[in-house]
Amino acid sequence: MSETDGNLLEVKDLRTYFETEDGIVKAVDGISFQLKRGETLGIVGESGSGKSVTNLSIIRLVPDPPGKIVSGEVIFNGQDLLLLSNTAIRKIRGRRIAMIFQDPMTSLNPYMKISRQLMEMTQLHLGHTRAQAHAHAVKMLETVGIPDARARADSYPHEFSGGMRQRVMIAMALSCEPELLIADEPTTALDVTIQAQILELIKTLKRETGTSVILITHDLGVVAGMTDHVIVMYAGKIFEQAKTAELFSTPGNPYTKGLLRSVPDPTAEQGKLYQIPGLPPDVAHLKPGCPFAPRCDKVAEICHREFPPFVQLNADHYSLCHFAREVYAESGGGRVS
Amino acid sequence: MNTDVIAETEYVRGTSLWRDAWRRLLKNKLAVFGLIVVILITLASLLGPAVIKRTMGFTPDFIPTHDTRLIGSFPPFTGPDGEFSWTHPMGTDNAGRDQLARVLQGGQISLFVGIISTLVSLLIGVSYGAIAGYVGGRLDNVMMRIVDVLYSLPYVIVVIVLLSMFRSQTPRGQLVLLFIALGSVSWLTMARIVRGQVLSLKNQEFVMAARATGVSARRIIFRHLVPNTLGPVIVYATLTIPQIMLTEAFLSFLGFGVQAPLASWGSLAADGIQNIAIFPWQLIFPGVTMALTLFSLNFLGDGLRDALDPQMRTT
Repeated sequence: MSETDGNLLEVKDLRTYFETEDGIVKAVDGISFQLKRGETLGIVGESGSGKSVTNLSIIRLVPDPPGKIVSGEVIFNGQDLLLLSNTAIRKIRGRRIAMIFQDPMTSLNPYMKISRQLMEMTQLHLGHTRAQAHAHAVKMLETVGIPDARARADSYPHEFSGGMRQRVMIAMALSCEPELLIADEPTTALDVTIQAQILELIKTLKRETGTSVILITHDLGVVAGMTDHVIVMYAGKIFEQAKTAELFSTPGNPYTKGLLRSVPDPTAEQGKLYQIPGLPPDVAHLKPGCPFAPRCDKVAEICHREFPPFVQLNADHYSLCHFAREVYAESGGGRVS
Repeated sequence: MNTDVIAETEYVRGTSLWRDAWRRLLKNKLAVFGLIVVILITLASLLGPAVIKRTMGFTPDFIPTHDTRLIGSFPPFTGPDGEFSWTHPMGTDNAGRDQLARVLQGGQISLFVGIISTLVSLLIGVSYGAIAGYVGGRLDNVMMRIVDVLYSLPYVIVVIVLLSMFRSQTPRGQLVLLFIALGSVSWLTMARIVRGQVLSLKNQEFVMAARATGVSARRIIFRHLVPNTLGPVIVYATLTIPQIMLTEAFLSFLGFGVQAPLASWGSLAADGIQNIAIFPWQLIFPGVTMALTLFSLNFLGDGLRDALDPQMRTT
C-alpha cells in the first residue's frame, strides 16, 4: 500500500472534450480533486456542468466518439486509470469502482432476471460458481432491504417498483465490495420518501463497508446530510471546493452563494423563491472571461476580460473567483489567511 | 384482518412479456389457425411416410414393378380397375408411386430447407447485425455497405449460379448446397433488423450499467442486447421460413433444387405441371399443400408480430 497520504482517488487536471458539429464542448475542463479512503465527496452543479462526465471519465466510460479524455491523470490506489489497457480497466469497473445510475427504471436489463444480473457481477469478478453467486445475490438483496429476497431474486425488473429497483442497483454495485462507489444522482428519479430511504441505505452501507463514495447531485440538501467534502461545478470547472460544513456556513464564491440562496427555506413566511438569473452558458462557445460573469451579482469589468484565479481561502477551501476573498469575508470566513 | 396479512406477504405475480404475447396470439383466430395447420403439416410430414410404410407397405419412392397394371397415374381414391380404393387417397404419379407419401416426404424436405436456411440466416444475420450496431463507427459502415452490395445482387441468379457451378453428383450433396446457397443470401434483412434494434438499445442505461460493472463487449452484445431484440427476430424468422420455402420451390421447379429420387413440393409441382391436362391431381395436391403451409406460416408470423409488438396493432 503505497498511498501514504490516504488518498484513494486523485484526479489531476482532467479534461474531457466532446467534438460536436457546433465546435468543441469542454464538458470537463481542468478538474482536480482528492478523495480519502472512507470519505464521501459531493459534486453539485446545474445540468450540463460536467458532473456526470467527470465521473464517467474516471472509469473511462465517456462515449468515444464524440467524447475524448484530452489530458489529466486519474490516480486510483497509486495507479493511473487513464493509462490502463481496456482489459485492465474492465477488471476495475464493478470490482473496485462501482456505479449507481440515475434512472433505476432503465438501468436494469428488462430481459434478465434480477438474480442473473447480480450473479453476473460476482461470477465475473470474484470467480463465483453459479450456486455461490446465487447465494451471494440473495444475501445482497437482503442487505439492501428487499423483503422475501430469496423468492423475489428470480423476478424480472418490471416486477419491481422504482425504489426497489434502485435498491437492486445498489446491491449490484456493492456486491463485489468496491473501494469506491460513484452514485450519479441516485435519487433524482424517485419520490421524496423513497429518496430518504435510499440515501439512508447508502449511508448505512457506507459505514459498514468503509467504501468511499462520490455522490453526484443537484440537491444541496442531499449534500449537506451525506458528504464530508463538496465540489461545486459550473461550466466544466470547479468553482468552489470545501469541507461541507464550511461551504454551507462560509461560501467563498458568488455562484455557491446563489445556489444556497435558491434552496427553499421552509421557515420563511412566504414570498418568491430566489433563483439565479439567466441560464447556464453554452460550453461550446465560452467567452474569455469568467463563465459565470453574465449571471453574477458581483460582476465587475475584470470578470468579462480575464479568467478568474483559483484562490486558496484556507487549508482546504478553494474558490474560482476574482473576488473570492471578499465574498468569503462577507460570509464571515477568513479570520485566518 | 386476515386478508390484509395475505395481501402483504403474497406480492402480485406480474405476467411476463411472453405470457402476455401468448395470450394476445391466442385471441387472433387466423394466427391460431396458422399455428394449428403448421403443427399438423409438420407432424404429418415427419410421421406420415413411416405410418404409410407400416400400414400400406410402400415407401414414397416405391414403384410397383411386380404388377404392370399398377404402373401409371391413377386419380385419387381409385384402384387399377377404376373402382373406389383407400390405397392412394391422392392418386399416383406416372410411375405408379403413391402421391400422398410423396407429398408428405416432399413436405419433410421443404420444411427442412425452410427451417435450416432460416437458422443459418439467424446465426449469421443476428451476430452480424448485433456486432455492426454495437461497435458502430467505421466498422458498422463497412459491414453495412457489404450488406448493401449483397442486397443489390439479384439473389435468385446468385443462387442459380452457385447451384449450377458446384452442381453435386448426389441428390444429398445438392440438398446441402441448396441450404448453403439459400442461407447465405437470406441473412441480409435479418442483419439490418438486428442492427437497427441494437442501435436504439445500446444507448439505454442498462448497457452503460453493464459496462460500468466491467462486462466485456462480447458479453454485452450476446447476453444483454441480443435477447432484447428477440421479439422482432422471432417475427422475422417466422416470415423468412415461407419465403425460403417459396424460393426453394421455385428453384426446384426450374430444376436447380431438390433432385429425384428426393422430392420437395416444388419438384413435385414441376413433375405435375407436365401432365396438367390429363392428370391434374399430380399438380393440385403438392400445390395446395404448399400454398396452405405458406398461408399458415404467414398468418402465424403476422399474428406473432401483432402479439409481440402491441404498439403496432391496429384496432
